[in-house]
Amino acid sequence: MSQFVKFTIDTIECMATRGQYLVDAARENGIFIPTLCNYPGVKPKGSCRICTVKVNGKLMTACTTPVAEGMNVENESAEINDLRKSIIELLFVEGNHFCPACEKSGSCELQALAYRFKMLVPRFPFQFPYRSVDASHPKIIKDHNRCILCKRCIRAITDDSGRSIFAYRKRGIGVEVVVDPKLGKQLTDELAQKAMDICPVGSILVKEKGFNVPIGARRYDKSPIGSDIESMQISKI
Amino acid sequence: MGQKITIEPVTRVEGHGKVTIHLNNEGKIEQTRLHIVEFRGFERFVQGRPYWEMPVLVQRLCGICPVSHHLAAAKALDVIVGAGTGDGLTPTGEKMRRLMHYGQMFQSHSLHFFHLASPDLLFGVDSDPIKRNIIGVALANKDLAVQGVMMRKYGQEVIKVTAGKKIHGTGAIPGGINKHLTEEERDYLLHGDDYMNIDKMISWSQDALEFFKDYHKNNKAIIDHFAEFPSSYLSLVRKDGALDLYHGVLRAVDSEGKKILHDVDYQEYDRYIDEEVKSWSYMKFPYLKEIGKKTGWYSVGPLARMNTVEFIDTPLAQKEFEQFRKYNGGKPSNKTMHSHWARLIEILHSAEKIKELLNDPDLMEGELVTRGTKKLEGVGLIEAPRGTLFHQYKIGENDMITMANLIVSTTNNNQPMNEAVNQVAVKVMTGQKEITEGMMNAVEVAIRAYDPCLSCATHALGQMPLEFEVYDAYNNLIDRKFKH
Ligand code: SF4
Ligand code: FES
Repeated sequence: MSQFVKFTIDTIECMATRGQYLVDAARENGIFIPTLCNYPGVKPKGSCRICTVKVNGKLMTACTTPVAEGMNVENESAEINDLRKSIIELLFVEGNHFCPACEKSGSCELQALAYRFKMLVPRFPFQFPYRSVDASHPKIIKDHNRCILCKRCIRAITDDSGRSIFAYRKRGIGVEVVVDPKLGKQLTDELAQKAMDICPVGSILVKEKGFNVPIGARRYDKSPIGSDIESMQISKI
Repeated sequence: MGQKITIEPVTRVEGHGKVTIHLNNEGKIEQTRLHIVEFRGFERFVQGRPYWEMPVLVQRLCGICPVSHHLAAAKALDVIVGAGTGDGLTPTGEKMRRLMHYGQMFQSHSLHFFHLASPDLLFGVDSDPIKRNIIGVALANKDLAVQGVMMRKYGQEVIKVTAGKKIHGTGAIPGGINKHLTEEERDYLLHGDDYMNIDKMISWSQDALEFFKDYHKNNKAIIDHFAEFPSSYLSLVRKDGALDLYHGVLRAVDSEGKKILHDVDYQEYDRYIDEEVKSWSYMKFPYLKEIGKKTGWYSVGPLARMNTVEFIDTPLAQKEFEQFRKYNGGKPSNKTMHSHWARLIEILHSAEKIKELLNDPDLMEGELVTRGTKKLEGVGLIEAPRGTLFHQYKIGENDMITMANLIVSTTNNNQPMNEAVNQVAVKVMTGQKEITEGMMNAVEVAIRAYDPCLSCATHALGQMPLEFEVYDAYNNLIDRKFKH
């Protein structure tokens, strides 16, 4: 069996290594599939559904689906994009996301995707939930208003023996991601910064550092989300 | 109980206001009140947010002078992060902030003079409201209108290169600033295309002053005696008595020029100043504690500054200042309409300062931020375009805000505005049977001299409808008039 597989995304012929997840394979072929809960190097979870595509006519999450020979993938259709947009809108209305004074504004993945999918006014009613801000940890602030429960921090930030420093607390609609009280001390400066960087929104903030990067110099100020991947496709053509 | 006449909303001030004039049974004015019916609640909802968010968060109070809030908050937080009380920043940090502030002063004052005040001066307060706006100015005096628009734009560009954005930027951070000025940005502002030229801005500022002085010569009655009343004045001044819009000590003088607050450190402002709450307004009434609630009120803003300082440290503005002082016999000017004159002198001063700073190499290199031993409380004051602005914050051990107190310029001017409105109302409305557009506007002109920023909305075109309500002696609504 060949090490490589051939498949199409929106009728564009692509090639990838067998067993690769679809998002990664697409990226290597210069095609952007949006992600939120997925993070390179961390085992995929498939929880946010923003990466939904149609594989041979069936809805699947691209971050958890390995490529297979002859797959026909639908990525940029009106139907799929509206589905993604509605997920973004849901995330906005069910938290409290006030971009203007958020340190992550300009480098926030959720905001960047909202721009990409041209979200103006969400079609769903704002929930304005009561959420708290936890500043008890000496190194970071955990702003529950902005957490989208993607679990990236839980999966990626671990101590030396691989235990997660972040954890879920409470259940159902009240669920929160917090620093594990027992392992909180293990959060070094380096890990705190890594946690802030890994969080797709502004829910984990390193204390006492804010707005040091001027407007215009932030990640998505320079190039909108996905444009780096898509520019590869253009140069290929 | 007498009658009550309501003028609502006040046009061509920033935001929303309402004037009620209370008449007795003989139709004489008993009292005039300027009501501020907005409640923005910032002091409450910043509690529980991390302190370093303040400069970015609180500037949302206003879309006209956000830079003032941005900088006052940053100055308060400088104290909290141990970067000194106004004198501890790196040269780059302080100078970039100053440049931002002068840009702000330049644009805000220009907006006020050309867009909001000049229509009254050009056409008179009782002229047709259709004409009495910036479009009218453009039709009658194209040069003046173009200058107004371009001067405002220039100021906005200065803000953009220092704060990252023309409105609601992020430049100032606790302990300093987050960027240098690039060579490109400097050259653009020194001698860019079209009107982007600081020398042009200086000469236009002088033209505007000439326009005003010329007008003054022919309209002494309105400029010298319209809403004239004694007041005390308060502002920051540099330690040597010079005008300093960014930093200084707190000084107040009475209507005769006698010092009543002696150059005190503003970190302790609450030892000297308190605020009174009145049932009919959301806006508090600040006063000097030592003098007391009744007569301890004071004015802030351009006129107040011209009355408290001893000199200006830029040559062209200093000359104008000398003329201003001489005209007023070396004493404070108690003439409300001299605010416009004062504002124009400050426009010139800001332009001169911008030029000085643009030529300063410290803006382009050097350390941006400094920090020291942390404190749990800080106060930041700045001379905003509309006057002294107070920000005070306390934080808990976990870096979250536990207390915030803001005394904004317009709040400082609350009592003076009420005084001015009353003065004018008594003069133009006593014994009159019908309220005319001219009368209404006269009251508004008095308010507008303070350039009050009543919220964050701009109504520069003067198109907000006017609402009138007349109440009889038993507080029944007997008449209501709308004007568009
Ligand atoms: S804190 Fe950030 S990374 Fe962690 S679950 Fe919430 S949104 Fe995801
Ligand atoms: S990125 Fe695939 S489900 Fe979240």
